[in-house]
Amino acid sequence: MDLSYFLVLSALLFATGAIGVLVRRSPLVILLCLELMLNAGNLALLTFSRSLADQQGQVLALVVMVVAACEVVVGLGLIVAAYRRKLPLNVDEFRTLRG
Amino acid sequence: MKEVLFWIGAIGAIGGAAAVVALRNPFYSVLALIAHLVSIAGLFLILQAEFIAAAQVVVYAGAVMVLYVFVAAYVGGIEEPKLDAIPGQRPLAFLVGAAIFIELSIAIVASGLLALDSGGPEVALGFGSPAGVGKLMLERFLIAFEAASLLLLIAAIGAVVLAERRRRDESDAEEALG
Repeated sequence: MDLSYFLVLSALLFATGAIGVLVRRSPLVILLCLELMLNAGNLALLTFSRSLADQQGQVLALVVMVVAACEVVVGLGLIVAAYRRKLPLNVDEFRTLRG
Repeated sequence: MKEVLFWIGAIGAIGGAAAVVALRNPFYSVLALIAHLVSIAGLFLILQAEFIAAAQVVVYAGAVMVLYVFVAAYVGGIEEPKLDAIPGQRPLAFLVGAAIFIELSIAIVASGLLALDSGGPEVALGFGSPAGVGKLMLERFLIAFEAASLLLLIAAIGAVVLAERRRRDESDAEEALG
């Protein structure tokens, strides 16, 4: 099994996530597409870790997962706060980030 | 055997990713992302990252996605306008996505990196096990580990501050809406 297949797959998943971020307007789905991109990055990190037979890439992948979890928590908190204030949940409407 | 597993995982991952982008109901998008994450965890297993694969299923597909499901259910269906905000946004987005994919693929194919056109070098038995990754994390990458835990703490506090129900804010919002 060539490792380059994994890298091409990760590039394809990253591009899919990027298209999602550009096309969708709902902040919830945009967060999901960010997850897609972060996971594509993780797949590439683990492939490089395997190709070098070095476990350091796996530690990096764990750190990426931590960052993704933080991003989810803060992003979902923002969505819930916007929903409570009855703001429209559409990223085109979020032009200014005033408190 | 590995080839078959790779293609099953790859088709699951691509299908899940496409469904996340294409489905109109955010709730179904979340479910598609769970399928995508489980497929990716299978690919991690082929790459001999057992600990990361387990963490992916338990932490990501389990805990984080439950959070998404709750918020999707709380917020409900979000109406997305059919019209693009910028004229021709969708074709442009697909063009940009295709450009990213082609550019990354060329970079990968042309890189000539070590062992990319093979299954990778032989690795020791404990490669990717919790013991090996944990030892690296607590010795060589201790500062990164501490920074990650600090980041999680800050995110947890931030979420509490953001989602806190405050009477004053709600009356402010009502005033703002007139």
